[in-house]
Amino acid sequence: MTQQQPKPAHIDWISLTLYVVFVLSGLLCIYASVFKETNPDIYDMDMNYGKQLLWIVISAFIALLILLVDEKLFYAFAYGFYGITIILLLATFVIGVEIKGSSSWIRIGGFQIQPAEFAKFGTALALAKFLSGYNISFKDLKVKLICYAIIALPMVIILLQNETGSALVFASFSLVLYREGLPGWLLLGGVGLAILAVLALLFPPLYIIITLVVLAAIILAFVRRTTLLIFLTIGVVALSSIYVSTVNYAFENVLQAHQRTRINVLLGKEVDLKGAGYNVQQSLIAIGSGGAFGKGYLEGTQNKFRFVPEQSTDFIFCTIGEEFGFLGSLIFIILYMLLLYRLLVMAERQRSKFNRVYGYSLIAILFFHFLINIGMTLGLMPVIGIPLPFFSYGGSALLSFTILLFIFIRLDANRVNELKSFE
Amino acid sequence: MFLVLAFNYQNLIISTLHLPCILFAIMESQIKQKILFGVFIFVALVYVIRLLTLQIFDDSYVRYAQNNVLQEQTIYPARGLLMDRNSELLVYNDNIYDLFVIPEQVKKLDTVSFCQVIGITKEEFIARFEKIKRQKGYAIYRPSVFEKQLTISTYAKFQEMLFDFQGFFVDVRTDRKYKYSNAAHIMGYIGEVTEKTIEASNGYYRMGDFIGISGVEKTYEKELGGIKGVRYVLVDSKSRTQGRYKAGEFDTAAIAGKKINLTLDLKLQELGEQLMQNKIGSVVAIEPSTGEILSMVSSPAYDPNLFVGRDRGNHYMELLRNPSKPLFNRPIAAPYPPGSIFKVIMSLIGQQEEVLFPNTEYYCGGGFNSGGLHVGCHAHGSPLPLQGAIAVSCNAYFCHVYRTVVNNPKYPKVEDAYNKLYDHLASFGMGRKLGVDLYGEGTGFVPKATYYDKIYGRNHWQALTTISLGIGQGELGITPLQMANATALVANRGYYITPHIVRRIESKKNPNPEYNIKHWCTVDTSYFPVVINGMEDVVNHGTAYIARIPGIAICGKTGTAQNPHGKDHSIFFAFAPKDNPKIAIAVVVENAGFGATWAAPIASLMIEQYLTKKHDTRPALVERMVKGNLTHKPILNDSTATKTSTH
Repeated sequence: MTQQQPKPAHIDWISLTLYVVFVLSGLLCIYASVFKETNPDIYDMDMNYGKQLLWIVISAFIALLILLVDEKLFYAFAYGFYGITIILLLATFVIGVEIKGSSSWIRIGGFQIQPAEFAKFGTALALAKFLSGYNISFKDLKVKLICYAIIALPMVIILLQNETGSALVFASFSLVLYREGLPGWLLLGGVGLAILAVLALLFPPLYIIITLVVLAAIILAFVRRTTLLIFLTIGVVALSSIYVSTVNYAFENVLQAHQRTRINVLLGKEVDLKGAGYNVQQSLIAIGSGGAFGKGYLEGTQNKFRFVPEQSTDFIFCTIGEEFGFLGSLIFIILYMLLLYRLLVMAERQRSKFNRVYGYSLIAILFFHFLINIGMTLGLMPVIGIPLPFFSYGGSALLSFTILLFIFIRLDANRVNELKSFE
Repeated sequence: MFLVLAFNYQNLIISTLHLPCILFAIMESQIKQKILFGVFIFVALVYVIRLLTLQIFDDSYVRYAQNNVLQEQTIYPARGLLMDRNSELLVYNDNIYDLFVIPEQVKKLDTVSFCQVIGITKEEFIARFEKIKRQKGYAIYRPSVFEKQLTISTYAKFQEMLFDFQGFFVDVRTDRKYKYSNAAHIMGYIGEVTEKTIEASNGYYRMGDFIGISGVEKTYEKELGGIKGVRYVLVDSKSRTQGRYKAGEFDTAAIAGKKINLTLDLKLQELGEQLMQNKIGSVVAIEPSTGEILSMVSSPAYDPNLFVGRDRGNHYMELLRNPSKPLFNRPIAAPYPPGSIFKVIMSLIGQQEEVLFPNTEYYCGGGFNSGGLHVGCHAHGSPLPLQGAIAVSCNAYFCHVYRTVVNNPKYPKVEDAYNKLYDHLASFGMGRKLGVDLYGEGTGFVPKATYYDKIYGRNHWQALTTISLGIGQGELGITPLQMANATALVANRGYYITPHIVRRIESKKNPNPEYNIKHWCTVDTSYFPVVINGMEDVVNHGTAYIARIPGIAICGKTGTAQNPHGKDHSIFFAFAPKDNPKIAIAVVVENAGFGATWAAPIASLMIEQYLTKKHDTRPALVERMVKGNLTHKPILNDSTATKTSTH
């Protein structure tokens, strides 16, 4: 316990380098996506890239601060951070500013911040602290319920703010729970339910139920029938049928019109090139027209002439796809996978459960953003407005991801000290 | 391995008793890490495959991207100018101002003052927007026409207040503008292309393009129209221009239409239209040595400026409904029986067929009588030789001439003799199109032998059956252009050059080589002098004494053509001077009576104008002609009235 400052040698330089590469490439992409020949200054504070540059400076400062403070602070104040983010989330209902139909913003001075972004690391810290507590086992029902509650609380508040995308990010914590003992079949079951839901939206429920019954009959015909198996199969089919009908009903009666349209467009049931489908169509055109090597930096016509709405934020990947082509996209995906792999390795080398749970939370969040954001620009996922980590324009998101990552780098840098303390 | 053990170390201290469980947990955690990363890689692979198909295998997105940003803009060339033979400007291009709106950009519009400036009511304003929204290709961010062709004063007012009317703007196009109200039929007019033309043009013409519809505008569309240019520009998602595509590498410049000099003499044309006002008929004046049309009047005329501007459609319908058919181009299309002027032609053909000689005399006792047939004649000295018979226009004389031509024993059959006559007439340019460079030329009508065969039966007709042809009556139909052309032929002593209206295209004089060819008629030059002397007598002391101008030797012939539509047509044709003729003219005034009363004075005044550049020696005659109203009822309202220029 003599040395609290991490030695530079103990900082994970690989993930830090990847972070710097991503943030700077992101800035270049934002610059490209709002670039105008008439206004080429990168430090122009009226333009997105000027503001982003400022946010990068702020983020760098905060990152440095995180690397310098005692790592025990995060453990000690984990619930505190969680509490603050929850309070901020609730505050939006009182002093929130409405931007683009979402009331999730708070104005501080000249900046708007989105507490939903910061709720991610608040939740990660709280979950990590709770699970690393003495004599806590995920096998206990009580523990499970508390874990779910920690995750569900911010999620519900964010849902109420009409920020479906940010709320869905909290679903990624299920990967952390999986690592900590949640059975795999539950996750698989979850994926199964998702597939059933998609089928329920594509086909009339009756057809799906009939298909399920027929499948069940075939399975029962070819395996050795036991009473248990028969009852189990009948139970699964019955529950699935109820589920499919419910999904269909909910889709028609609970979802709002614009959400229905988005899902319909994604499923290919609706072609709406002026509405929700326009984004995706233009995004596909931008990426598809990039070809193997791209059109060159600042040469993307889709990009330059504003064909892709929200290009500097949620659709930033279009800039990579159009201006740097398949090669650029491939390099990006490889680097992102490298970061995830590196973080996995780092998470598994932690001896403290707190560090590991926190690490997995970070990995899960980064992966979920990648899955949804890139999938959305490629037309494989519904248009859910969540940013691409480190790339997308947006101060709150950048700051939140920076804090998320650097807390983990800080925790990881201290593992040597931990080892010493046990000796 | 050390790491795993180290990780395990902590747990060992906590519970050394559950070693198997812990070992299992280590294995499980390693598997879970691998499973998780497997899931990540799987997702990454799916996305890479998707990227491969989008970016490498499917090239349609490149095209989509181009369609998004590439916009082809047409550059319209200026239409060629029209001038008269003395380079007096007749037609030029004028700016017209169309008001456009981009609905998306309309903000805080003061509807009341906007409606005031444009001159519409608020209801109209709302209705206009509704209409725009229903139009094909409407988009909130794209310009739509709000009001076509603003007046200049509206445009000026609008420009002043442009800032208050955000989302509206005025685009400038060009339309034709006619400096004088004359020669409408010759110049013709332009209008929007029809779908048929668009199809036939292989995509050159587009909806809304202007094209020549009649007159020179139509026949010389290729020269006047110029060639459209193309500009490729990049546009952004709101269709706003963002710059040139590849620095204009694929752009082509528009080529302006060529300037055309007509053969028309504006001063002569003005006088002609003035003299013909309130009369129905035609004047055609030709320069015999070149075939150039100096003047061509179709009366009633109309102001060519009626075909400019947004009311062009209404004006067109008005003119179309007008019973005196102002749109009908009479000089080139209307066939008239030529009457006595045909006697000049018969004199020449008779001589060529060697059945008529200058000294041939026929007796006239008030007409032509043969086998119960009687063609009346007026009182004059008798008998007369050819020259004298022309001067007094003796009907009996020319009935005899016709009979000797058609019943010529030289030919085995009447039919053959008649066909010979037909061929002679054809060589004078009668009964067929001459090939003038104007749209809508008529053939006139000269009956063929087969025509009479049908009526009377083969070999059941002869000269006497068709005797009225001899004095230019009967079925005969000659257009004023054909009459003037025949006059020019006589003036040239045997040939004509196809009449034409275009003198020069840019600097190229006489652009059409076809209009350099001398078309010799089938009558020998030597037969002309006696006939021409007779025509001179007509003016000097014959039926057209009224047309005489001291100091100018005019050779002419009056015609008074009977017709089934009422009073006789007053006809006159003439050329002057007798030697080295400069002008050949034919005048037809419908239902006006004697040729000498109306047609001869008009021709005389025009000859005077053309040869002396003035027409003020006989003010009383001018006044009688100008004021003469031969239309039985006022058939023309203000907008379509025969307008004469004040110039």
